[in-house]
Amino acid sequence: MDLRYSASDEAFRTELRAWLERTLPDLPPRPSWDDWAGRRRYDTDWQRRLFDAGYAGINWPREFGGRDASPSEQLVYLEETTRARAPYVGVNFVGSLHAGPTIMTEGSDEQKARYLPPVLRGDEVWCQGFSEPGAGSDLAALRTNAVRDGDHYVVNGQKIWCSFAHIADYGELLVRTDPDAPKHRGITWLILPMDTPGIDVRPIDTVLGSSEFCEVFLDDVRVPVANRVGAENDGWRITQVTFAFERGTAFVSELVEARRMAEDLAAIARDPAHRHELGHVVAELDAVWALTKRNVSRAARDGSPGDGALMVKLAYSESRQKLGDLSVRVLDRSALDIDNEFVVERLRTLALTIAAGTSQIQRNIISERLLGLPREQPWTSN
Amino acid sequence: MDFELSDDQVALRDGIRSFCEGRFPIKRVRDGFDRAAHAELADAGVFSLRSDGFGVADAAVVFEELGRAVVPGPLVWLYLAHSLVDGVAGGLEVTGREPPWMVEHLDVLDTLLVVDDDGVRAVAAGTIAGAVPVGRPLDPLTPVHRVEQLPAGEQVGDGDLVARWRREGAVVTAAFLVGVAQACTDLSVAYAKERRQFDRPIGSFQAVKHILADMRVRAEVARASVHAAACTHDDREVDDVARAVAGAKMLAGEAAITNGKAATQVHGGMGFTWDVDVHLYLKRAWVLDTVLGSVDEHADAVAATLASP
Repeated sequence: MDLRYSASDEAFRTELRAWLERTLPDLPPRPSWDDWAGRRRYDTDWQRRLFDAGYAGINWPREFGGRDASPSEQLVYLEETTRARAPYVGVNFVGSLHAGPTIMTEGSDEQKARYLPPVLRGDEVWCQGFSEPGAGSDLAALRTNAVRDGDHYVVNGQKIWCSFAHIADYGELLVRTDPDAPKHRGITWLILPMDTPGIDVRPIDTVLGSSEFCEVFLDDVRVPVANRVGAENDGWRITQVTFAFERGTAFVSELVEARRMAEDLAAIARDPAHRHELGHVVAELDAVWALTKRNVSRAARDGSPGDGALMVKLAYSESRQKLGDLSVRVLDRSALDIDNEFVVERLRTLALTIAAGTSQIQRNIISERLLGLPREQPWTSN
Repeated sequence: MDFELSDDQVALRDGIRSFCEGRFPIKRVRDGFDRAAHAELADAGVFSLRSDGFGVADAAVVFEELGRAVVPGPLVWLYLAHSLVDGVAGGLEVTGREPPWMVEHLDVLDTLLVVDDDGVRAVAAGTIAGAVPVGRPLDPLTPVHRVEQLPAGEQVGDGDLVARWRREGAVVTAAFLVGVAQACTDLSVAYAKERRQFDRPIGSFQAVKHILADMRVRAEVARASVHAAACTHDDREVDDVARAVAGAKMLAGEAAITNGKAATQVHGGMGFTWDVDVHLYLKRAWVLDTVLGSVDEHADAVAATLASP
């Protein structure tokens, strides 16, 4: 048990740090957080720079154009990019951390060759189409249906909470292909080209105002059967692969960012009561970072991050919200402005305990899978 | 970097776990700490870990198991003072406190180590006069005497030793507290699977299983924090040891206390009884939060390592 990075990790750090020092001063000015066209331009430009320098797809295998960095190098990458205040993954989130890894694991060779390289280069942006108005925590209850018509599926239905749908080229889409099967067994995973006729994207006004979230209405949308990832009706299993990525790794960059924000908050927090609470939250975030290192170590040993990955999301999201609450108290009346970085974050992070599986669903999963507790049983009237 | 337990550490953990299961079942633990218990723990090498060449990370692995078994005694002081004094030693931190001093395990001690910012004084237990036993100590397994006046004793360590003890002692105490937090989780999960109400195990109710999930996560987060602090203690270049240690003791104390209370809740009325073991864990957690820095003190200590305006 140790926390010492290897000599090759440190060499990677030195090289990356030098690249960041050379590159970051040349970046264009950051767009406003609700300028979505500008954010697409900015984030994909950053992705392209990463690609050209060989840092894109840091955790992706080389055969798909990634760097195939060791888990500890991935941590170094996150530490250094955060320290240097480099751009966040942004609009590339779904492509590089969600759809990409899913296609890598479950897609055909043609799909891998077609869809993975443009994600790495920042040429194509992806969005998510999983949740529906009637299928949130109970995702498997989704009703958007796909009916086979020759070499196409004809898709009808409505998706919600589709991150970046208004600026995306492709969507990862879950559809029901067998309405008669048990709900987990009739679902299929499709690649949806967002320029297909019949798609209507409407951005959702959230508590922040504008946001990355959209509603997507699908009206007789024809999706080639060739765009199916995995077998027909095997989409639920494939979705679990996606979720394993999302819950296991996708929050790590968020966590590193939160630790940086806590340091920034310390620099303006004077009140001893606030500092006391900040010490508390920082210890929690440090501990979740340590747990992440444990998961990474376990993954390096046996390919799976183990039980810890299930716990990181729950622990991180709750600590992050404490930091958000504290930050607006520190700001006092400067907090009456959404465009303050801390205020945006406080509002944005309200979603952390809801998105990607609510904290309540996480607790169900932890108690059933890790602790072996029985599922809640239905009540009978008596 | 490999932040998993090494094969040796897994063997160490399994060895001490089976030692505790064999020698310190809860029935014996309830009899409290005595010289026989001290001799067995000393023979097992619990107190001599450092002089036997083990690191603080190894000690954390061992003390977590002692915590799971809620083994009584001045274990952390015996570990810290191993090469300093012979016999059964206990500790008393006096910085920022006033008499009467609440001295633990006095009847079994040979030496009381009195710790303040300037150093460590060894006071022979036999020279302490006028000690009054507390009739009903908070933790029945941690007997306490009130002492109004302490003899000067003999200086056996300086401020540097105190600084080291405060770090290393906080890490192993935190490890013990993680064991307490884990044991509370395990006891509660087992009870929730077994106890039936409304014709079903109470562990099937989300209102109950969410408490249990939180206990599990709290213990795991605290464990990661304690192991990180221990590794940082063993290899100072990897991080800020002051911040890591303070965070670990804070989170472990909080996890043990919160899980102790949650375990009481999950056990329902039984959790409020003397015969069910849960209170022994919660009470030990409360005792250990007063040793080598409390949750509150360590939260401030973490904050002190951060930038300020």
